[in-house]
Amino acid sequence: MKKLDRKQIAARLARDIPDGAYVNLGIGLPTLVADYLPKDREIVLHSENGVLGIGPRPAPGAEDEDLINAGKEPVTLLKGGSFFHHADSFGMIRGRHLDYCVLGAFQVSVHGDLANWHTGAPDAIPAVGGAMDLAVGAKNVLVMMEHLTKDGQSKVVERCSYPLTGARCVNRIYTDLAVIDVKADGLHVVEIVGELPFDELQRLTGVPLKRLATAA
Amino acid sequence: MIDKFIDSAAAALADLPDGATVMIGGFGNAGMPAELIDALIAQGAKQLTVVNNNAGNADAGLAALIGARRVRKIICSFPRQTDSWHFDKAYRAGELALELVPQGTLAERIRAAGAGIGAFYTPTAFGTRLAEGKETRRIGGRDYVLESPIHADYALIKADRADRWGNLTYRMTARNFGPIMAAAAKITVAQVRETVALGELDPEIVVTPGIFVQRIVRIAPLRRAA
Repeated sequence: MKKLDRKQIAARLARDIPDGAYVNLGIGLPTLVADYLPKDREIVLHSENGVLGIGPRPAPGAEDEDLINAGKEPVTLLKGGSFFHHADSFGMIRGRHLDYCVLGAFQVSVHGDLANWHTGAPDAIPAVGGAMDLAVGAKNVLVMMEHLTKDGQSKVVERCSYPLTGARCVNRIYTDLAVIDVKADGLHVVEIVGELPFDELQRLTGVPLKRLATAA
Repeated sequence: MIDKFIDSAAAALADLPDGATVMIGGFGNAGMPAELIDALIAQGAKQLTVVNNNAGNADAGLAALIGARRVRKIICSFPRQTDSWHFDKAYRAGELALELVPQGTLAERIRAAGAGIGAFYTPTAFGTRLAEGKETRRIGGRDYVLESPIHADYALIKADRADRWGNLTYRMTARNFGPIMAAAAKITVAQVRETVALGELDPEIVVTPGIFVQRIVRIAPLRRAA
């Protein structure tokens, strides 16, 4: 079974971000998407800590400790970029001004519920950051994750067993096996990776999937 | 005559009492008022409630304040990090209370305090365990959670330039929580890189007007090896 690696998932997702979009890439895996955004499109990247117009990573030695992203990594600013305080930054998120956000996930339910901040372990120290704001605020919430856990369980589930980040908030899921839209009437498979038969994807996923005419 | 310049960080924090609620600006190292935190550690106030996005990193700054057992409660969005060992230890030992708040709700609760708002409805966290026990309301077909402002006795922030009226500018993403914390605290102490004469800051680019700032301490930047 052919699976996309993380960079390939990021590259696949990046193709769907249109020219002119305002986008927040969550910390961790979603940050990879920045490397694959088509160069002929003007896409404005937002970060929770108060910046629009993030550019490429700085050259070694050119880092500035006052210019970082939400993952606390050094970044650069494009021409046209801007800085603002934290309440304005989350006003952009909550106020539905961002066209897309990309988040990682532990689980996504058939209704688009997202679990990505807490494993539910009783002794875990919880940390949420901006995930709950992004989940309810962005016009389109895109999730990128591996389709299956390490022991082969589907991360697309009937009902999230981990604590929720947001209810009914995910629009599209990009995994190493497929691209799936979350719609009111269920999950629609948009694309399948490689030669994986639909029935096999269905078997691995467990929850009901609908097949789009364009999907193999 | 208004002159908010104070000679030292120690003098600026001398009256900070035990049990105070203290907002500390910064996100990562950007905007973190390191010298003010050091002065707070030296000053000795204890049983503090601290408001910050995180709960300290490594062994300096807020982490050192927690390590010195001076913090009773922390209100933040993201305490757990690979190097948050001082917080982790105090939290697991039950010595430190944690109020975990989604980051945007944290920012808006701080903003609301400075803006005189009594409470507000936000869609963030509805249907999650961080909204459990909170009042909710459906408005225009959407579900919201009622949240209250966070007021503080002191805010310790880092800005870039200041004049003696307390007008502030910031540098890049070091702005983060500075402007909203300045407005939410009774006494805001800003450490700045440079102080300038009145009139030298272009009024069009003042980010935090002086009305929100009570004390200014100039901290000379470290000279780095070239």
